[in-house]
Amino acid sequence: MEDAIAVKELTKRYGDVTAVDHISFEVKEGEIFGFLGPNGAGKTTTIRILTGLIRPDGGEAFVAGYDVLKNPIEAKQRAGVVPEVSNAYVDLTAWENLALIGKLYGMPSQKLRENATSLLKEFGLYEVKDRPVRAFSKGMKQRLLLCMALVNDPEVLFLDEPTSGLDVESARLLREKITQYNRDGKTVFLSTHNMEEANQLCHRVAIINHGRIAAIDTPEKIRAQSMELQYIEVAFNKPVDTQEFSENPSIAKAVPAGNKLRIYTDDPPTIIEFLVEYAKKNDLRILSLNTMMPSLEDVFLKLIRGKEAVMR
Amino acid sequence: MSSLTEQFKRSIIVAEKNIKIYYLKGPVILFGLVFPLFLALAYVVGRDIPLKEFLPGLIGMTTFFTATSVGPSIVPWETRSKTLERLLCCPVSISTIIVGDVFSSFIFGLIISVIPLALTLVLGIQPLNFVVLFLGLLVANLCFAALSVLLSAYPPTDVPATAMMLSSLVKFPLVFISGIFIPMEQLPQWGRAIASISPLTYFTDMVRQLFLSRGFYPLALDFLALVAFTAIFAFVAIKLHEKTLTERLS
Repeated sequence: MEDAIAVKELTKRYGDVTAVDHISFEVKEGEIFGFLGPNGAGKTTTIRILTGLIRPDGGEAFVAGYDVLKNPIEAKQRAGVVPEVSNAYVDLTAWENLALIGKLYGMPSQKLRENATSLLKEFGLYEVKDRPVRAFSKGMKQRLLLCMALVNDPEVLFLDEPTSGLDVESARLLREKITQYNRDGKTVFLSTHNMEEANQLCHRVAIINHGRIAAIDTPEKIRAQSMELQYIEVAFNKPVDTQEFSENPSIAKAVPAGNKLRIYTDDPPTIIEFLVEYAKKNDLRILSLNTMMPSLEDVFLKLIRGKEAVMR
Repeated sequence: MSSLTEQFKRSIIVAEKNIKIYYLKGPVILFGLVFPLFLALAYVVGRDIPLKEFLPGLIGMTTFFTATSVGPSIVPWETRSKTLERLLCCPVSISTIIVGDVFSSFIFGLIISVIPLALTLVLGIQPLNFVVLFLGLLVANLCFAALSVLLSAYPPTDVPATAMMLSSLVKFPLVFISGIFIPMEQLPQWGRAIASISPLTYFTDMVRQLFLSRGFYPLALDFLALVAFTAIFAFVAIKLHEKTLTERLS
């Protein structure tokens, strides 16, 4: 399988700040690749370099096989983009916005008409296609931006926080469309804050922090790398003193979580036996007991802020 | 696909978009129509000289103000409405967008500046050579449009009114040093030296020659100077916009 995106030692500095620090990764054709990181981690800078908006200070980047530094127009010709901070032209209608983008991609008018009609229908905007975008809700504008990114039938789709600030229904529709687009064999590069979104949609994710890649793998493997973050959630019929739990060498930490107790451990079977014994000894009843794998959010927090931030 | 011709076509598409969106914006109407009209009236009313005498200044002034009215606001407007990044994600270079912005400014200037020209013909005032005058009008509009887009490059503001105000700080002094109010031949040596750095000087001189047969520079030099100014303004505008782009996007 070919690489749809290839990044080698990419670096970008703004004065004394290194926004992107020698990052390297590849995205395979047909993959949904998640790019996760806190604000200011370098996500948007990376996307802006990959979409030919800004030039890096070092390294190389290829999109659909084209060097974005040497052939930015060719690379952009094969990409569709929903930038993080962007808007459709509010003085133009939805149709005029799509026509503008299609023409700027040099699309033949017949193909442009067909694609625009089909996209507007698919995204529920066909009925309002002749209305100025000014009158659209945020969800409608975001759907239109996705239509604008897809109108040229791109090989690679870049999405920078596409569902940020959207209502549940619009966000869900957008996720469905991203999955559908990917099923047709297209590549998606998705930058998001939403861990659940990344977990649901992405084949692989990269976690970026302070301009560096902290982890890169499938969500499952990334979670598996942080097994010390797995925990047992137990509820007793009476409040208990957590002191006794902290003394157990197999327990990393025990913290109250509502009416439950969350016990972090890398050896859940031993701790389950211990909890059963503890309940018998103290005349307690176990109301519920669950073994929880670390979530992507837990791993993310661990990588960004350290283990203690997760076990609070 | 990414050939010069293809990028040129895309500049025309950018210009079409600008025409649809920006021609009817308040500051464009104000600085491109209302302002030159009042300036022209202030220039004409109460002056006891034949119409033919002040035509060169009138045409020079209206052309200059209308052709520079659209350009300064487009990029700040696009920055503010967050459409610039969307536009730049398309397979176009910054130069393609800048050329499109210059075209839209040029077309606005050309349409409006034809009005005083038509008025002269209605009043029976004939230039020596209408074709040369029209060619001059084309080159001058292109030159002033390129200047107007350059004026939006720095500082990289996202407030159109600020860009308009700052561009006025450049445009007004240019009107006063370009031989509109005082013909070049009546200016002292230092005045002529200053006037020679303004593109408007060459257009006013050209129109003066074509209506009054009195020019300070040879007609060919007027043309050449306007072409040279156009190339310089366009080149510097592209380079400055490239340089300030990251700041605009942040």
